[in-house]
Amino acid sequence: MSRKSIRQAINEALALEMRRDARVVVMGEDISGGMGAPGEQDAWGGPLGVTKGLMPEFGRERVLDTPISESAFIGAAAGAAATGLRPVAELMFVDFMGVCFDQIFNQAAKFRYMFGGKAVTPLVVRTMYGAGLSAASQHSQCLYPIFTHIPGLKVVLPSSAYEAKGLLIQAIRDDDPVIFFEHKAMYDEEEEVPDEAYTIPFGEANLTREGDDVTIVAFGRMVQFANQAADKLEKDGISCTVVDPRTTSPLDEDTIIEMAEETGRVVIVDEASPRCNMATDVSALITQNAFGALKAPIKMVTPPHTPVPFAADLERAYIPSPEKIEAAVREVAAA
Amino acid sequence: MTSKSAASEPGTSKPAPAKRKAGVSAPPKTGATPEELLEYFRAMLLIRRFEEKAGQMYGMGLIGGFCHLYIGQEAVVTGVQAALGENDAIITTYRDHGHMLASGMDPRGVMAELTGRRDGYSRGKGGSMHMFARERNFYGGHGIVGASASLGTGIAFANRYRGNDQVCVTYFGDGAANQGQVFESFNMAALWSLPVVYIIENNQYAMGTAVTRSTAQTKLYKRGEAFGIPGQQTDGMDVVAVRDAARKAIGHCRKKKGPYVLEVLTYRYRGHSMSDPAKYRTREEVNKVRSERDPIDHVRELLIAGGTADEAALKEIDREVKALVTEAADFGQQSPEPDPAELYTDVLMTL
Ligand SMILES: Cc1ncc(C[n+]2csc(CCOP(=O)(O)OP(=O)(O)O)c2C)c(N)n1
Ligand SMILES: [Mg+2]
Repeated sequence: MSRKSIRQAINEALALEMRRDARVVVMGEDISGGMGAPGEQDAWGGPLGVTKGLMPEFGRERVLDTPISESAFIGAAAGAAATGLRPVAELMFVDFMGVCFDQIFNQAAKFRYMFGGKAVTPLVVRTMYGAGLSAASQHSQCLYPIFTHIPGLKVVLPSSAYEAKGLLIQAIRDDDPVIFFEHKAMYDEEEEVPDEAYTIPFGEANLTREGDDVTIVAFGRMVQFANQAADKLEKDGISCTVVDPRTTSPLDEDTIIEMAEETGRVVIVDEASPRCNMATDVSALITQNAFGALKAPIKMVTPPHTPVPFAADLERAYIPSPEKIEAAVREVAAA
Repeated sequence: MTSKSAASEPGTSKPAPAKRKAGVSAPPKTGATPEELLEYFRAMLLIRRFEEKAGQMYGMGLIGGFCHLYIGQEAVVTGVQAALGENDAIITTYRDHGHMLASGMDPRGVMAELTGRRDGYSRGKGGSMHMFARERNFYGGHGIVGASASLGTGIAFANRYRGNDQVCVTYFGDGAANQGQVFESFNMAALWSLPVVYIIENNQYAMGTAVTRSTAQTKLYKRGEAFGIPGQQTDGMDVVAVRDAARKAIGHCRKKKGPYVLEVLTYRYRGHSMSDPAKYRTREEVNKVRSERDPIDHVRELLIAGGTADEAALKEIDREVKALVTEAADFGQQSPEPDPAELYTDVLMTL
């Protein structure tokens, strides 16, 4: 056990699984970097250094720098997975899913069902998402609701270093295609993380706070913001339960419904665009199953329905913040 | 058309431009007039000084987000611009500052976009990678690698549809050349005989990956061969060579002979973006290009050796250019932050 950043936790999960299982290969653009150049051979280690050190340990046979050809290498990863390899492919930014979505949603996602259960596709696609780094409209989106919409995919949104390690190991050992979302603004965030391998099962929500007044359901980075808001509200006598579903597919519907019923007041926080996102999905789930228990209308904290702006002030206004969550909770608590 | 393809183009057999010797004694021969050389010198220097300033401002925290500098590649856009007709269209990637300045966009508006301010070309909503200026026929900086290829193909289609003789120059990098949509675009452009020049700016690296390790056929000008598209490779550190090659390519398109692939061999001096220390290559490699092949030094030498200008005159040009850049930098810092209401505008034309 020691303090590790999310970057380290993910790196460690990959290394542990590669040591344990020769079928695990990783591929992506510049995941080692420095290919063919006279400088350092592991110079890049992923665009944000997450995969650094893997190439020196496991060699270029298992750590593949790819050309900028996502449709080819994501498709190839799915094909290799169908033979029993366990490829972990890195789609640098989830925004780039546009150039390889067919390989994910028409191919990998469909194999098991369409082939009558005969095909198994243990593919992991790791990808960066989220706003907050002034990366503008084509490098800041969330997009996990789009993957969640597709039957046959598992979708994972770790909210901390501990979560990231356990969920990634689970993803690699899982026999279904998994899309693993890493928030680009969270890599440096640290907490205590065990050194050994461990898994966190999919479809089991985590309660990061338990309280009596309001239930907050939050996804990915928003779990942290919800925790911050909850801590602040606690001092003013409003106690919150914070539900981190961990995976949007499968979704732990039971825990969400149960926690909604317990307080009767619900705030859902989602960094994805507000139409057809996780907030609308969870809101529908609660109203269908716990309507009688609700004491106030559900509130959703999301960005506006706009692309992500570049200018820092505009981007700050765009992102759901702990302050916005706090305000929403106060409103719901008072209603 | 296949018979006219890349392999038969003169000068394409040498894979890399020969190194130049500094200090030429006799007035060197170029196809450019002294006035043209002076113009190119100024245009390239504007890009260099602008980028140096942008890098500096980034370091000071005045510019945020992704910022990809064009230093080292100035001769490419300057040479191509000199070959373009008034109404020809340009589209490029996120490494776009040089293209915008070359196309005549206002350095102040570009800088104010880098700083995310109200007077930026995209009113602060796009940033370094995303600006657009119809009035300069500049169809944008695009952040998705390979996207400019298909978009540029569409611009060329629109020109052909309208029956004009305008050409679209579509820039992308050596790394982007491996995107599926590039090949799909090539096929369609050849099939429909579209007036598009695909300019592959081969700066040897895609992020940290050298072209030799990402690309099976590294002679990128041959990429169109399978589609019957002629291609040529040129020295991208020599502005006149770029101009002449671009003239030929654009002329080909203007004569309605279909698309053309122009591979321009160049080099970026800085990292991929501001956050890249570029450890995948050696300092010696960079210094060697800087000292032996710098595109601006090259023209400086030509101007001096040809007796067109002396050091003092060139220094004066540098002073003028620096003043323009300083003005742009001040403008970029003084322009107000975007109106908060801008967050919600321009999503759709009408609701
Ligand atoms: C579809 C897609 N994949 C990956 C990226 C990330 N990316 C941005 S620039 C770049 C390298 C591109 O290299 P090259 O085409 O040679 O252009 P250069 O940066 O050298 O100008 C990569 C991998 C992206 N923006 N879009
Ligand atoms: Mg390149």
